[in-house]
Amino acid sequence: MATGTGFIELDGVEKVFEVRRRTGFLRSERREVRAVDGIGFRVERGEMVGYIGPNGAGKSTTIKMLTGILTPSGGRLRVAGIDPSRERTRLAHRIGVVFGQRTTLWWDLPLRDSYRLVHRMYRVPDARFRENLERCVELLDLGALLDVPVRQLSLGQRMRGDIAAALLHDPEVLYLDEPTIGLDVVSKAKVRGFLRDLNAERGTTVLLTTHDLTDIEQLCRRVMVIDHGRLMYDGALAGLHEVGESERTLVVDLERELPPIRLESEPSVRTVKVEGPRQWLAFPASGSAAPLVARIAAEYPLVDLSVREPDIEAVIAKMYASAEAR
Amino acid sequence: MAEVTEVSRAVEVPDAVFVERSRLVEGVRAYGLIVAMWLRSTMAYRASFAMTAFGNFAATGFDFVAILLMFAHVDELGGYTLPEIALLYGASGTAFGLADLVLGSMDRLGRRVRDGTLDTLLVRPVPVLAQVAADRFALRRLGRITQGLLVLGYGLAVLDIAWTPLKVVMIPLMLLSGAAIFGAVFVGGAAFQFFAQDAAEVQNSFTYGGNTLLQYPPTVFAKDLVRGVTFVVPLAFVNWLPTLYVLGREYPLGLPEWVAFLPPVVAGVCWGLAGAAWRAGLRSYRSTGN
Ligand SMILES: Nc1ncnc2c1ncn2[C@@H]1O[C@H](COP(=O)(O)OP(=O)(O)O)[C@@H](O)[C@H]1O
Ligand SMILES: [Mg+2]
Repeated sequence: MATGTGFIELDGVEKVFEVRRRTGFLRSERREVRAVDGIGFRVERGEMVGYIGPNGAGKSTTIKMLTGILTPSGGRLRVAGIDPSRERTRLAHRIGVVFGQRTTLWWDLPLRDSYRLVHRMYRVPDARFRENLERCVELLDLGALLDVPVRQLSLGQRMRGDIAAALLHDPEVLYLDEPTIGLDVVSKAKVRGFLRDLNAERGTTVLLTTHDLTDIEQLCRRVMVIDHGRLMYDGALAGLHEVGESERTLVVDLERELPPIRLESEPSVRTVKVEGPRQWLAFPASGSAAPLVARIAAEYPLVDLSVREPDIEAVIAKMYASAEAR
Repeated sequence: MAEVTEVSRAVEVPDAVFVERSRLVEGVRAYGLIVAMWLRSTMAYRASFAMTAFGNFAATGFDFVAILLMFAHVDELGGYTLPEIALLYGASGTAFGLADLVLGSMDRLGRRVRDGTLDTLLVRPVPVLAQVAADRFALRRLGRITQGLLVLGYGLAVLDIAWTPLKVVMIPLMLLSGAAIFGAVFVGGAAFQFFAQDAAEVQNSFTYGGNTLLQYPPTVFAKDLVRGVTFVVPLAFVNWLPTLYVLGREYPLGLPEWVAFLPPVVAGVCWGLAGAAWRAGLRSYRSTGN
């Protein structure tokens, strides 16, 4: 993975912010925040990579350096052979960017006007533009929204609109910073499906940040975990569960209140919480839930159940714990 | 070793010049594209446009009404008659109006820096300055220009000026250079907002405040203020010196006659400084955490 020349290359990249905090009248204290603290990785053309980590880990800062918005404080960074902060406008033709938290569309104008402007700004050939727009409108279900001012769109609609805007000039790589944050289930599914097709059919390289592990599970074979500005893990998602020894949670609803479930045949399962007839059982994420469910159904009066994936915070906490134990 | 550097410099210079020029062309083109879009959307509401343009015309006209009221009680102000003041007023108002029309949106930069929305402009392949300047282009600002031109026209029609070819050339030269000087102040003020995000008020005091100041003759102000407006923030070159030349009146501070022809040079220098400040500001931009 770290061999050859990647499409995106980072070597010991750092970003240090100097923040000033007021400590009194006319007095302030300087402090350094190492938002990104020596990160190195390579992404090949056509890869789809998840970049995950808790809030404040340094994900957005990395994306901003990859787009040229921020200049790294140290290290080396190249996208398509270009140093982003030095040749920001040249790089802009080759990348697409979607910020979950803020729109790149013109707030007061209809979606259609934003697209028209992107068309001219990026000098997209007419035929190509029409083709790309039609495709996005169809797959992202934007037909009814084209004449609506952006400020009147719901979060999910706006996000779909933003993704389309980022792709009209055929970028070679698409960065998405928290594209599913705050979206409803239907919008999330639509966005994920679209990204999967984009990567599979057009070979667009995709780098997406999220703190929703489900995004990664459904989209990315490769995942990078970052915390406190450092890369904690770079590899397959399955491997992440092993490294972190993370646990999934089985939530079972029984017919009535019972003492904590205990299964002789499944020693790795722990009952972590009981609330009336509802019980929470933790089991290794690498294992399958099916035999466990079968046993419980056989021995207890089971009414309903659901499986919860480990959240990223839990995975990382485990990762630290196992690193310290070693 | 010395030879090598010579060669590489010879190669670099024309390239750098070319890049500079094409960025300017790119910027103007992008400005035009964004303005065209805002115009289309404003024109969708013609009635509302007419109303706001008239409002702008009327609001800026109150300034002149105040001057008219003053002249109901006095015959001269600082040694100047009403038509002479109309000339000063109209020239400054028109120049400021032009700059305001083209670059008036720059004062929103501080907010974009503070809330981090400047990020979205930085990922597009066109100069940020053009995008900020063209944002929410407001044609209603034509109201101020119209009003300035009317007052200027009144002054020119009533005054008995001994016209020479140079004086005729001076009028458009003054309006365009004056607009450029005000424009540089808009850009420089915006650049300052990269460092002090609440500085929109400071910028406004130089632009709107400067315009109000220039509507009155230099003789009504203290010498130190006139010095500052001539040598520090050179607004005196917008209308004072060129108008005094046309009127054939004495300059403040005992300046020589030829300084009336300096406005294009002053505008060029101001733009050089404003451009450098803008680039420094943009380099210092550090976005926000979410
Ligand atoms: N412009 C900035 N100025 C100061 N501190 C910042 C800035 N941007 C980010 N940070 C800080 O850097 C750290 C990483 O932030 P960020 O990259 O936004 O994290 P993430 O996107 O993973 O949530 C945080 O501690 C954040 O407060
Ligand atoms: Mg973030």
